[in-house]
Amino acid sequence: MKQEEKVDFRLNREYCKACGICTALCPKKAISADDEGKPSMINEEACIMCRLCELRCPDFAIRIGRMQ
Amino acid sequence: MEQHVFDRLMRDDKLPHMWCRGCGNGIVLQSIIRAIDRTGIDQDKAVIVSGVGCSSRANNYTDFCGLHTTHGRPIAFATGVKMANPELQVIVVTGDGDSTSIGGNHFIQAARRNIDLTVVVFNNSNYGMTGGQYSPTTPVGAFTRTSVYGNIEPAFDVCRLAEGSGATYVARSTTYHVQSLIKYIASGITHKGFSVIDAMCDCPTLFGRINGLGDGAKMIAAWPEKTVSIEKAGTLSADELEEKVIIGEFVNSSRRSEYTEKYARIIEEAQRERADLK
Repeated sequence: MKQEEKVDFRLNREYCKACGICTALCPKKAISADDEGKPSMINEEACIMCRLCELRCPDFAIRIGRMQ
Repeated sequence: MEQHVFDRLMRDDKLPHMWCRGCGNGIVLQSIIRAIDRTGIDQDKAVIVSGVGCSSRANNYTDFCGLHTTHGRPIAFATGVKMANPELQVIVVTGDGDSTSIGGNHFIQAARRNIDLTVVVFNNSNYGMTGGQYSPTTPVGAFTRTSVYGNIEPAFDVCRLAEGSGATYVARSTTYHVQSLIKYIASGITHKGFSVIDAMCDCPTLFGRINGLGDGAKMIAAWPEKTVSIEKAGTLSADELEEKVIIGEFVNSSRRSEYTEKYARIIEEAQRERADLK
């Protein structure tokens, strides 16, 4: 993956309630729960930028895009 | 760089929201925000009207004109807003209990009139805010705080109720099928007439726990198994459809004229008659 295509995965840790929906439903398992149960990007190469993690986040905590 | 849709249309100072961990209401609200954004309607011309219940807290978090009303009455208030100023885009956020029990009469009368409102029903099959009592959309056999031996009342099908009452845009989706949920809400907003979108979502804290359905992540992951598309439903027998929730667009019709347009003609006619008398 080229440098300019790097994934920009941002989590608002204050809003996230660690429900696990994003990590359970990520079709490529590119994100995974950390020690607090909150998501972090573990495999950028696998991410297909479907944005379902952001769309299905009930807490308005995720923003995903391409690195500028 | 364009501002994120949340920064433009949400009230950041009100977040984080009050809904439980894994509650589907946030996904439905996010879908409404994105649908409004997609239709490109003016932020100052959109009015979100809510009733009472968990779902109805939704308009506290949005940066539009808002009206948080009494239990079951958002459609009545929304009718008033729309009649007073038909240029406004009025969107009602309501729950299954708020819209089909306490406000059931408002729901069917507004559908009968075909007034241009968009009603998004946050349908989580129980009264979440008051502790998880059964609602008119609780499935038969389901356990709630008031149906501890299993619910014996048949459930309302919100879409069939809307269609039978005269709604001219009717669709259903789930929080799992979030892309179609956004699409249907946007279509409902653009549609001129009474639009109902039955947004199936989960209440893991009460309905999920008492029925042993697991947490929010488990509940949302179960929707593909529980649902069938309207296209596929046509090929299945009544027995095969028994336990299934049908999703898709049920009604999209422009055959009946819209209420405020008809009313505007009445006003015009009455004013003309009055001018003739002078």
